[in-house]
Amino acid sequence: MARITIDPMTRIEGHLRIDVEIEGGKVKDAWTTGTLFRGFELILQGRDPRDAWHITQRICGVCPTSHGHASSMSMDDAFKVRPPDNGRIIRNIIEGAQFVHSHILWFYHLNALDYVDVVSALKAQPKEASLKKVQAKLKSFVESGQLGPFANAYWGHPAYKLPPDVNLLAVAHYLEALEMQAKAAQVSALFGGRMPMTMTSPPGGVTHVPSVDDLKNYLFRVKELQNWIDGVFLADVMAIAPFYLGAAGIGKGHGNFLSWGVFEDASYDPKKRLLPRGALFASDFPKLHDAKAEDVTEDTTHGWYKGGKPLNPAVGETEPEYTGYDTSKKYTWAKAPRLQGKPMEVGALSRMLVAYVAGQPTAKKLIDDTLAAIGHAGQPQVLLGIIGRIAGRALECKMVADSMYQWGIDLIENIKKGNAAVYTEYTIPDKAQGIGLWEAPRGALGHWIDVSGKKIKNYQCVVPTTWNVCPRDGNNVRGPIEEALVGTAVVNAEKPLEILRVVHSFDPCLACTVHVIHPESNRIMDFKVA
Amino acid sequence: MSKKEEVSKKFLDALEFRGIKRRDFLKYCGATAALLGLSELYGPKIAAALEKASKRTPVVWLNFASDSGCTESFIKATYPSPAEVILDILSVDYNETIMAAAGKQAEEILANSAKAGGYVLIVEGGIPTKKGHGMIGNKEMLDVLKEMAAPAIAVIAIGSCATDGGVPSAKPNPSQIIGTGEALKRVGLTKPLINMDLCPVNPQYLVGVVVNFLLLGKIPDLDSQGRPLMFYGQTIHDNCERRAHFDAGRFVTKFGSREEALGYCLYKMGCKGPMTYSACPKVQYNDRTSWCIKAGGPCIGCAERGWTDKFAGFYEPLPGVKIPGLGGVEAGADKIGAVAAVATAAGIAIHAVATAGSGRTEEKKGGKQ
Repeated sequence: MARITIDPMTRIEGHLRIDVEIEGGKVKDAWTTGTLFRGFELILQGRDPRDAWHITQRICGVCPTSHGHASSMSMDDAFKVRPPDNGRIIRNIIEGAQFVHSHILWFYHLNALDYVDVVSALKAQPKEASLKKVQAKLKSFVESGQLGPFANAYWGHPAYKLPPDVNLLAVAHYLEALEMQAKAAQVSALFGGRMPMTMTSPPGGVTHVPSVDDLKNYLFRVKELQNWIDGVFLADVMAIAPFYLGAAGIGKGHGNFLSWGVFEDASYDPKKRLLPRGALFASDFPKLHDAKAEDVTEDTTHGWYKGGKPLNPAVGETEPEYTGYDTSKKYTWAKAPRLQGKPMEVGALSRMLVAYVAGQPTAKKLIDDTLAAIGHAGQPQVLLGIIGRIAGRALECKMVADSMYQWGIDLIENIKKGNAAVYTEYTIPDKAQGIGLWEAPRGALGHWIDVSGKKIKNYQCVVPTTWNVCPRDGNNVRGPIEEALVGTAVVNAEKPLEILRVVHSFDPCLACTVHVIHPESNRIMDFKVA
Repeated sequence: MSKKEEVSKKFLDALEFRGIKRRDFLKYCGATAALLGLSELYGPKIAAALEKASKRTPVVWLNFASDSGCTESFIKATYPSPAEVILDILSVDYNETIMAAAGKQAEEILANSAKAGGYVLIVEGGIPTKKGHGMIGNKEMLDVLKEMAAPAIAVIAIGSCATDGGVPSAKPNPSQIIGTGEALKRVGLTKPLINMDLCPVNPQYLVGVVVNFLLLGKIPDLDSQGRPLMFYGQTIHDNCERRAHFDAGRFVTKFGSREEALGYCLYKMGCKGPMTYSACPKVQYNDRTSWCIKAGGPCIGCAERGWTDKFAGFYEPLPGVKIPGLGGVEAGADKIGAVAAVATAAGIAIHAVATAGSGRTEEKKGGKQ
């Protein structure tokens, strides 16, 4: 039995260590470790609550906006304030642009190099001038001997299946996508001031009244993104997919899915969000279940914290205590969140499956068409695994970009009718509690705030990658990534490309993962549950 | 053809080969010169300096206690684009967020870089000093920094976390995170260090400094906190597009109001622009799409050392700022309370030292208060 440690795990956000045991060419067991602890909840205590939406954006530089919005929503809830309709729409727009940016970046720059052999692209025989140019550029790059980010990778590994011409096309689009992710971020900046770390979504709505110039600029930019997603991103996914359909069953995992839902509807009903709230369990898949905050517990049996009894985030308290790496005891800074005691996969595939089962018409059509195209009409269960996670992100990217155009039109219609309000004033109550349940591109995100004496008494986040990258719980049930790794065939233990594919399919973001709540004593918080 | 012309032609052919047109290249040099605060006449000189470079400068980019916001920000650079910086200008040999290699193969790259030396070390994120709170490849982050900084020719600390620990080092600093300068001191290393405060770093600042370093062969002029004067020499207030409204005493008192739409000053909404040294209004963000104050978001002072604690209560007006048009009445001190006021006074003292060191004392005295 061979043991492989991958540390650092690269092309993700943050610091992740992966350990697997291999027997008979397959992963027999796996452990995921978050190796950085920062303790944001501790930092938030005692501060002006309105600062929280800025500070929590610094939890993650890849999805800051989602943290900012979840934080402001927890305060909207606590302060009993509702943004005007335009405030709701503009927050959706800033969030939407972040989703589009994140999915493009993930597909091309974080994930694609597990499927695209950059060196093989040199053997392509392109006819088109632009591809010839890219190939020449690549050639001179390789000949320079300074391979930069492409050095020492697994090029030539037998698991790379694309012909040279498709590899070259993908390399060309890797470069093009660098520009497109930046353009998507510009759309967040248009209404958010800058991206990363937007500045305009405090509790109560947004700060800025959009000008005619902003709106015109917006529609033009969104159209450009839509065209590129349809013509390049989705086209690339469809071009690459046939070569990797054999990988469809890999990395399935537990088969439980959670979505808190994202992109607020005018009704403020989380089940009517563009991507609605809900949960799916392997035991009765695809039956839709309610997803409730009070059903969440966190377990620290295998995390570097004192104690280990599973508790709801509203009452959870934990104290950091590093005791060294020992997979039989404690081996990570991540806690193990559970919904109704079950480990849950979160992310675009979870959202799209929940939306599909809930009958959201756009998601339903996109998924039905995709299933039909690969010869599995009416069988969403074939999407479980690494290929389904890729498809989920690509389809969601299109769905969000298309919706963003409509939100721009909705905003213009409101303003045309003389409704320009974007912000509702409020006063901070002496004591208040609130919850913001939302989605980051990487999955379900929750912020809990407890205000006392107009200051933050306690704050807690349960974030996407904590769900995915968590360790075993007290019942020794693996976390979703650990479970998804089990059974994965590894051809060459020295070059574990297949492991990278499974881990990358979850788009881990470790800065988000590690959180702790630490009241000065073992104080139990008393959150109301919305 | 003279030897020089020959070299020049060869270089331009190589550029063409890399997909850069001569016209674009000169435009880039011009833009860079503008960014560096140099005359456009420097354009040709910069071009000449680049032509001399035969090998792309190797860069090792380490992430410590960061959220990768500065990597994210960097790849939003537009001119030159991140692809140009990564593939044509620098040789980014190690960056965990973008590199293809992982695990053992990534560790090999790092070991080889350390052996070869001669690279620019970019540090993103602060350095946890509490045992086990920050590990890479089973090593403490402080040890990784020590190992990798020793062979580097210079260190660039990007973003607030790298310069002083940033947000995660705010009170009570649970992982005892320190900035790069402090960490180098603790491990007994003396290295040329450029500090690029901001949360996140403005990609154009980073590109500007890197190009300055490569082309002019020297570190840009720094203030006493090690920040490049070309980007940190003036306050946001000095160059703010809403400044005229401040001078006229016209203020926003509610977000999303008519006054906001008219571009009135955000001082009363808590704007920290008067005490924050950064070229944000000039350089802006995301290909100059916007910036905080333009979008109605009051500055939170994220270019200043210790901003998370120093400016806590981001939406409370800065104390000690005299408001024109109201007969120089000091506003805000009563609201902010004694602790914040002391912190602010300390902040002003730091600036006084910084500006005295850099010959900006006069400028600091004038106008801002």
